[in-house]
Amino acid sequence: MRTIKVSKPINNKNKKNTVVKMPAKNKTSWDGYSIKPRKEMPDGLWLACPACQHMLYRKIVDKNLNVCPECDAHFRIDGPTRVKQLVDVGSFEEILADLTSLDPLQFEARGVKYKDRIKVDDDAKGCEAMLTGKAFIRGRGVMLAVMNFGFLGGSMGMVVGEKFCKAVDQAIEESLPLIVVSCSGGARMHEGVVSLGQMAKTSAAIGKLDEAGGLFISILSDPTTGGVSASFAMLGDIIIAEPNALIGFAGPRTIKQTIKIELPEGFQRAEFLLEHGFVDMITHRKDLRKEIGRLIDYCGK
Amino acid sequence: MTNYNTTQYLPFEDEIASLDEHISRLKADNRSRAIDLSAEIRTLQAEQTALLQKTYSTLTPWQTVQVSRHPKRPLFTDYLSLMVKEPRQLHGDRCFGDDPAIMTILGQIGRQKVLIVGQNKGRDTKEKIKCNFGCPNPEGYRKAMAKMKLAEKFGLPVVTFIDTPGAYPGIGAEERGQAQAIAVNLMEMSRLKTPIISIVIGEGGSGGALGIGVGDRLSMLEYAYYSVISPEGCAGILWHDGAQAEKAAKALRLTSKELKSLGLIDTVIKEPLGGAHRSIHDTVYNVEQYIIRTLRELKRVKIDILLEKRYRKICAVGDSETMIRRLKSKKDLPAKPAIPERLSAKAQLEKTAQQEALEKAK
Ligand SMILES: [Zn+2]
Repeated sequence: MRTIKVSKPINNKNKKNTVVKMPAKNKTSWDGYSIKPRKEMPDGLWLACPACQHMLYRKIVDKNLNVCPECDAHFRIDGPTRVKQLVDVGSFEEILADLTSLDPLQFEARGVKYKDRIKVDDDAKGCEAMLTGKAFIRGRGVMLAVMNFGFLGGSMGMVVGEKFCKAVDQAIEESLPLIVVSCSGGARMHEGVVSLGQMAKTSAAIGKLDEAGGLFISILSDPTTGGVSASFAMLGDIIIAEPNALIGFAGPRTIKQTIKIELPEGFQRAEFLLEHGFVDMITHRKDLRKEIGRLIDYCGK
Repeated sequence: MTNYNTTQYLPFEDEIASLDEHISRLKADNRSRAIDLSAEIRTLQAEQTALLQKTYSTLTPWQTVQVSRHPKRPLFTDYLSLMVKEPRQLHGDRCFGDDPAIMTILGQIGRQKVLIVGQNKGRDTKEKIKCNFGCPNPEGYRKAMAKMKLAEKFGLPVVTFIDTPGAYPGIGAEERGQAQAIAVNLMEMSRLKTPIISIVIGEGGSGGALGIGVGDRLSMLEYAYYSVISPEGCAGILWHDGAQAEKAAKALRLTSKELKSLGLIDTVIKEPLGGAHRSIHDTVYNVEQYIIRTLRELKRVKIDILLEKRYRKICAVGDSETMIRRLKSKKDLPAKPAIPERLSAKAQLEKTAQQEALEKAK
């Protein structure tokens, strides 16, 4: 980056020219467990880290795998970015990319039709709430399923269920390890009981994979809640969580409303789950590829 | 005849309530005075029956939800005491504790020995608090799984009664892995080597209901509901106002009739006139007959075939042509070009064979 000569340095604290401290009053604006895609950053050269309020240069954040270089906060990333970060360059072969829901319920809320919503999101992101395909991670062939939070909050509807099951089938058929990255608010309520059925469907598929002796590594990123955590995400042979990811059954807001007391700090975070014995390890995003490769060597066939 | 004075009326039952009151007043008069009013009472009763029929045949989804939550609606414990012979309750998940919101009972329905798993809401306030208003904790789901494994070992069919607003959202529940407990149940029930029948008798609230609701048959009482999210919760998210639950209930298609027409449940069990709470015995009888019939049917099927069928049934949800579709026309394709699906060697051989056959036919 070009440096601008200033006759008299005003602030010596910020030596890195990419970082500018934001005023502290904004710190309270992040409640720490927002499930809304508030973390999604606006297009622009600069962005503010939602956790530490530092102003960050976008290119540096991208290079750093969308992790804040200042405080190691793992930002939420969409499916295609995740795939790009995880697999060996150019090795991802997507399957069933063109599945779409036919909206059997003809769901409509406040004049907005679900059918139109999936069209809009389809155009914007070009994929459903899950991408599945065959890929290589550090030279090891895997079946990969990655959830895409950008599409209706990564919610699990029948397209997700169907893609997931086909990925499991292929993993069994070609004896590949299955790697799933979850990032979802839960079942898609626009599809009603059909989406509830996807919980059973994906879990049953994992049961089949288990019987066939396949390896399933489940990676939980922020957030993994509701119907996704209560089905395949928690059924991994090995469960890896990203640091500080929100993982749980009920959302923190629901819990707060029900029990009407303040939730303890760090509640439902990855570290909390590790402490209570529900995840195997917490892995920094930059080590994810390495860890997966190593685990496949130990457990894969 | 049931004494309607003890009935609690739902908001849409005003007309029925006033009619009932009228009838009971006439009845009292009939007893105290010398005039014979029985003819008038009979006509009023006929009128009341017609009114009940009319009201209950055209219930809106939100009204159905209200009926399913009626305070006098038969609970799991009622079915237990009226239907099950020689019940032996089993407690504890052998891990953390015993959850009264899910009961596991060895018993006999008809002539069949079964394991019964049921969600209990509790009738009076004390009982309700004890069982968390029917919201199970992880230990409940783990207990259910442990006892189902027992049933599998000794070849007992499993019958589950679903009646819950949802799994409990609490700090302890999260600490003990609510999500993991439900997930394990879903996977294990999909391959449990014994027949499983699930019946939604009241509220079928999302993952909490599904946690004991995966099996060979899923049925619902006529005025029960089964949904991915409570109507209030859905309204809170999509309408930003929990009071819009009526609209949400309609959008979610959560009644037995609609779910049956979508092919998501197997059977709708009839309720007596005016809902299950107006005649508990009739309701229990209908459910009992359904269970006996279905168990007989399922026991005839070999277990391997049953499991294969169950797996296919679970996977068929959202798989039909009416629900899901591959975008075919160029216009429909998303902006990003789709990478062609890689075929396995076997599939490639089949494909070439098909093409050859086609060419030959030409
Ligand atoms: Zn930061």
